[in-house]
Amino acid sequence: MREITLSQAVNEALAEEMRRDPTTFIIGEDVAEAGTPFKILSGLVEEFGTKRVVDTPISEPGFVGLAVGAAMTGTRPIVDLMFGDFIFLIMDQLCNQAAKTHYMSGGKMTAPMVLRTNLGATRRSGAQHSQSLHALVAHIPGLKVAMPSSAYEAKGLLKTAIRDNNPVVIFEDKLMYQDKAGVPEKEYLIPFGIANVKRTGSDITLIGTSSMVQVAEAAADILALEGISAEVIDPRTIVPLDEGTLIKSVKKTSRAIIIDEGHQSYGITGEIASRLNEKAFYYLDAPVLRMGAMDVPIPFSPALEDITVPTPERVAANARKLCAGEMIHAT
Amino acid sequence: MSTETKTASNTEDYLRMYRQMVRIRTFEDNANQLYLSAKMPGLTHMYSGQEAVAVGICEALKVSDKITSTHRGHGHCVAKGANFKEMFCELLGKEEGYCRGKGGSMHIADQSNGNLGANAIVGGSMGIATGSAFTAKMLGKDDVTVCFFGDGATAQGIMYEVMNMAALWNLPVIYACENNGYSEYTKTEEIAAGSITARAEAFGIEAFQVDGQDVLAVNTLATDLAARARKGEGPFFIELMTYRYHGHHVGDINREYYRTKDEEKDWKENRDPIIRFRTHLVVEGLATEEELDAFNAEIASDAEAAVAYALDAKYPDVSEVDMHVFTDIKHALA
Repeated sequence: MREITLSQAVNEALAEEMRRDPTTFIIGEDVAEAGTPFKILSGLVEEFGTKRVVDTPISEPGFVGLAVGAAMTGTRPIVDLMFGDFIFLIMDQLCNQAAKTHYMSGGKMTAPMVLRTNLGATRRSGAQHSQSLHALVAHIPGLKVAMPSSAYEAKGLLKTAIRDNNPVVIFEDKLMYQDKAGVPEKEYLIPFGIANVKRTGSDITLIGTSSMVQVAEAAADILALEGISAEVIDPRTIVPLDEGTLIKSVKKTSRAIIIDEGHQSYGITGEIASRLNEKAFYYLDAPVLRMGAMDVPIPFSPALEDITVPTPERVAANARKLCAGEMIHAT
Repeated sequence: MSTETKTASNTEDYLRMYRQMVRIRTFEDNANQLYLSAKMPGLTHMYSGQEAVAVGICEALKVSDKITSTHRGHGHCVAKGANFKEMFCELLGKEEGYCRGKGGSMHIADQSNGNLGANAIVGGSMGIATGSAFTAKMLGKDDVTVCFFGDGATAQGIMYEVMNMAALWNLPVIYACENNGYSEYTKTEEIAAGSITARAEAFGIEAFQVDGQDVLAVNTLATDLAARARKGEGPFFIELMTYRYHGHHVGDINREYYRTKDEEKDWKENRDPIIRFRTHLVVEGLATEEELDAFNAEIASDAEAAVAYALDAKYPDVSEVDMHVFTDIKHALA
């Protein structure tokens, strides 16, 4: 199978869906000739023109609000929010407007829009361009949230998002844009709400989101050398969440670590851990462990930034302790 | 009153405008009574006094044209074609309400007539209205969108972001600022520096100020601007000078700390949009007092029947609580 970068995979998904559905359009800052600062959208304006690849002023609430209204009236906007950190600027339009349109109208209106944005630290971008804020969005009923972990996932999930009749937010890891993966030339979609068991194992379940799937897989490699068999699961979408697959795995392995790049407190790791505790309690041989980003603003200095996010070594160290029966009463 | 003269063809339009204004006033009087008699859950924001704005504008629109509304949205909803029955059901949280009781007063909308929803975030619908106009332009439809908002919303940043884009892209949207003199409990002059129309003009948007108590003046201007917007000459901005008879909401009863009873009395007695239009209709010989009284009585009776119906109507089944969270997941919590 050919290998392409995550950036190319996103570009292909957009081009295919825009060819398929003339009501789709891309809107955001520097999306046309510039193709975004990450060059993800390069070439699209040449094919689809400036009417469907729309450069906006630097007005995030304005163009997201515009997208909500466009979605409610018969088009399918694909919004490019340059950095995930800018979500704070658009919370009213996303969470008060888009997320509630269907519900508040008693099911009569819809807002089928996609918001593409990113997450991920260790790019030396400082505290306002490095956050992973998907938990904020996942907290709000009415929004679906997808977290692709590779080029293959990014393409299949984005195509599904564009065809979904609900508002969908996709978080791409900005450090993975140049990472390659096998992506079929033939069309495929990845359905929402179905987790991907990346690797089967019997001693511990490692649940990772986005690039933390790679961290979990690397940790599983380390553990395998020591005779610990780790199962690795990528939920793919955190809303809807394939709880069944996660619970089934934990019932089998009896241990779990959830790894996610959002801040650890009040985040995705805590949510999934809690569900496992509620629904698989008697199957557990160890506490379910959360591993998120440190609860600090992301620092600039490489010496500090790198220690804020989970690493394979730290995941493996925690897994080792859980399997050894340590941390039953963690201090 | 406008100098618009009678023609055979517009008599019917005029009488419909009169009826629509009376329908709004009657709806609001009933809603207020429901609140005062503790039969309505929550609060509501009365549109009484501003009827000429919603009616003058909506009568200039087609059914397929879109509007966005506000927390003070009952008037827009009626003017865009909604029925009393479904509206009172919505106000009371009943299953047959326009939003199946999930919206309530602040989110009421008759979606089938192009009402994209009332919005409880001040300025919250400005992006939506602009996006609706974007759709019309992108898909080559000749729909016009009217964005209703109050003077208070002119303090929201999103207004300037979307006016900028609407002007850059010549979108068919009309921003209709209902200046009722008060931003909640504060005089507009205390919250708005400079001129409101000048803010739109800064973006190269043609802006107009009109007497919002004169339904014909409003309708004449809106008809002209809607036609021009359809031809790609938009966007436009209108500041409609009007007055809200009630407080910010129905519970805002003792309000002399921010405005006088004399001021309210003056607007009600000397500038009431319904009295003024009624006088015009009689003086111009378009209707008799008796005919107009008959309209009023018929509307009062319709409202009474709709209120009685809504009071007896069913609440939604509790199983609906997690329905309509997503379009494709019947019960989000199942």
